[in-house]
Amino acid sequence: MKRLFSKTYWADKDVEILLGTLLRYGVVLSSIVVLAGGAIYLIRHGHELPEYRAFAGPNNRWDNLPAILHGVWLGHGREIIQLGVVMLIGTPIARIIFSVFAFSVEKDYLYIVITLVVLGVITFSMLGGLGG
Amino acid sequence: MTILTFTLILLGGAFLAGLLGSLTGLGGGVVIIPLLTLGFHTDIRYAIGTALVAAIATSSGSASAYVKEGITNIRLGMFLEIATTTGAVAGALLAVFLPTSLVAVIFGVVLIISAVLSIRPKGNHLETEDKSQWAQQLRLNGHYPTPEGTVDYKVRHVPGGYIMMTVAGVLSGLLGIGSGALKVLAMDNMMRVPFKVSTTTSNFMIGVTAAASAVVYLQRGYIDPGLCFPVVLGVLAGALGGTKILAKANTKWLRIVFSVVITLLALQMMYNGISGKL
Repeated sequence: MKRLFSKTYWADKDVEILLGTLLRYGVVLSSIVVLAGGAIYLIRHGHELPEYRAFAGPNNRWDNLPAILHGVWLGHGREIIQLGVVMLIGTPIARIIFSVFAFSVEKDYLYIVITLVVLGVITFSMLGGLGG
Repeated sequence: MTILTFTLILLGGAFLAGLLGSLTGLGGGVVIIPLLTLGFHTDIRYAIGTALVAAIATSSGSASAYVKEGITNIRLGMFLEIATTTGAVAGALLAVFLPTSLVAVIFGVVLIISAVLSIRPKGNHLETEDKSQWAQQLRLNGHYPTPEGTVDYKVRHVPGGYIMMTVAGVLSGLLGIGSGALKVLAMDNMMRVPFKVSTTTSNFMIGVTAAASAVVYLQRGYIDPGLCFPVVLGVLAGALGGTKILAKANTKWLRIVFSVVITLLALQMMYNGISGKL
């Protein structure tokens, strides 16, 4: 019971609720973007034939963020879907960034470092030229 | 079949996958890969990319419900995410060098293990002895609410759990699955974390693990918007429906039937992989 009244317990609890809300908003927002892009894609290409039997390799229209944003600006359906997908991938990453601040408020230095290591691994994965 | 018909059928299939995945605790992603490769003859690399995005969606979507209950052990999850993300990046790199036929066989094996794990009886143990130096120094020991009040638990075998989590991460990055079953096994069996805490913490970790390899997949062209659109929306809707039903239904038989189906799909994947059809 003593723990229940300590400061860290409640601080943790608040953080958890905030994190959960953040994740949910991320998912809802990305789903709306995917749906909007999907509608445009179906209207424009719905009558064509799907081609996924052979792997075509990276498509430079949606394998990097600048190209995706350019396509979104032009109102292309698949780039809008991909923007939603990128937002979806970004949601858990945003959660990690947010956790760094949350642990900073609690002055939990050990976990600030641990969280930064996780963030470092993801950043390396993103920018380390692993796309081949 | 036009893109419109293809999208609608896939949307329905993804809905069912999300529904069954959440009812059985296996996750929607594991059904998406056989659905796309066996059902729609999609290249396995597209299937893997799509399933991984679906895993992120379901993990983030349901995490909000769990964290509110205060069962998730955030410190434990964050610490083990070092293991799963490094594993996931390694797995995504490995995926380039391995032939797709071998990936299909590994997928089949992992799928069968996951299915067996999901029907295994769940002992809800509670470790109260503070034996692990690692757990003390990393402050991994926690507490969670039960109807009888807050229960304290201790974590054990931290290095062993860490290694298993790395393996779970590699498989997640290689196969595009959340590998929730393996994460739960690492925490529940190895680290002696209470089952409820294991499952919710595992779910919390799936999104971050998957995001680490998804950024590599995106640059490689594994993630195709035309497939992600119906699959992500379908799986999400199915998972939401599943959690609604889950509160009421007894899922024991469903779990067994689903495990049998999964095993058959896994064998088919392995056969196609070996015979070079994938």
